Amino acid sequence: MSAPQQHWDARAAANFMLGGGGSGLMVAALFVADPRLPVVLSLLLVATGLTAVWLEIGRKLRAAHVLFNPFTSWMTRESFAALLLFPLGIGSVLAPGALPFAAAAALAFLYCQARILRAAKGIAAWRAPEVVALVVFTGLAEGAGLALLFSAERALVVFFVLAVAGRFLAWRRYRGAVRSAALEPAGRTLAWVGTAAAAALLFVPPLAGLAALGAGWRLKFLLVTRAALKQEFSLPHLPVRGTR
Amino acid sequence: MTRWAMVADLRRCVGCQTCTAACKQANSTPPGVQWRRVLDLEVGEYPSVKRAFVPVGCMHCEDPPCMHVCPSTATRKRADGIVTVDYDLCIGCAYCAVACPYQARFKVDKQQFAFEHAMPNEDQSEKRIGVATKCTFCVERIDDGLARGLKPGVDPEATPACVNSCIAKALHFGDAEDPQSNISQLLAENQFFRMHEELGTGPGFYYLWDKAP
Repeated sequence: MSAPQQHWDARAAANFMLGGGGSGLMVAALFVADPRLPVVLSLLLVATGLTAVWLEIGRKLRAAHVLFNPFTSWMTRESFAALLLFPLGIGSVLAPGALPFAAAAALAFLYCQARILRAAKGIAAWRAPEVVALVVFTGLAEGAGLALLFSAERALVVFFVLAVAGRFLAWRRYRGAVRSAALEPAGRTLAWVGTAAAAALLFVPPLAGLAALGAGWRLKFLLVTRAALKQEFSLPHLPVRGTR
Repeated sequence: MTRWAMVADLRRCVGCQTCTAACKQANSTPPGVQWRRVLDLEVGEYPSVKRAFVPVGCMHCEDPPCMHVCPSTATRKRADGIVTVDYDLCIGCAYCAVACPYQARFKVDKQQFAFEHAMPNEDQSEKRIGVATKCTFCVERIDDGLARGLKPGVDPEATPACVNSCIAKALHFGDAEDPQSNISQLLAENQFFRMHEELGTGPGFYYLWDKAP
């Protein structure tokens, strides 16, 4: 007997990893002299992430229904941001002047991903307000890390350093609010590999980028899967029967 | 306005799981899916140990997080407070399952029966495969009963199956907005709490734990 699904699995995590890194890469492409290749990779990553999450849904032929609730659902808003991101991204390959608009759509996509977790009241590790900054900065750091595979211009390096530092601070703040044993090893990796080692490796930019990327993806994978413990039941009062 | 709600008297519940069985029979839920569950909790340390049986399920919240996150508008709240799922709209993303703080949502990806073949009461249609499901407060019984002039919570034919089946009269159903209703009387006469009030969901499920002071 297969158990009923009550959680998200690796397919949903892939959307947060690839979509986060991909949208961050679109933003980081603003600091690359020839952004065409990073932009194409960014779109491929986001598309792969969305395909992965599509594979998780129970009724795949109804996928378009995801667009029905922009009023309250951050998942719908993420889909709308993706619908903007793709034409703008393709447009920016053809006309670089469109890149800032594509980056804005990517930022919106990333923010929606963060709010998707924040809105999940059933999971303590997600509903903490601090998760928003963590997911946004993680996406930006991953994207900046990926961009370092293509370029090492000063502006990009500065963006990378700021994103990685922001991610570390966001992690510290998140950890102050949420204690999750499942995230502790990934948090240590984020601090030592994704932050300290990435900074030390800046003289070899691609290595620094990969260190930041790997640490971020590991943290997000565990955040979406292992740390997603459901809210337990609690009784503020026990029944009073007979003697008190 | 009407606000359908449920009351569980924790002092009366004996943990017999008859409500769970009645729900499964009435709603034909597949193996592993229990829209109405009864938790068996032990609290405290020897020699001060207490045991509590706690019926749980969809709380039909006033401000349902499952409805807000649902991208397809499949999850809705009716004017009478009942939270519904439109199986024809749901895409089965399970976002509602992770948004619900009461572990009330289920999604199964393939048809399963308790035995090798479907029993007469088991649903063989595909409509609940790959979509979110949960307790409906037996909404069809309520609507059908109301149409026939019956009173939910009082007339069994218009009352959720779990409430009808309760051997200890621990479960009650009624209109929380009507001060004369059965459950309003119970809430006035007893001390009660709702689960996870701090999350602001406004559950429509009340737990009685002691008489009013």
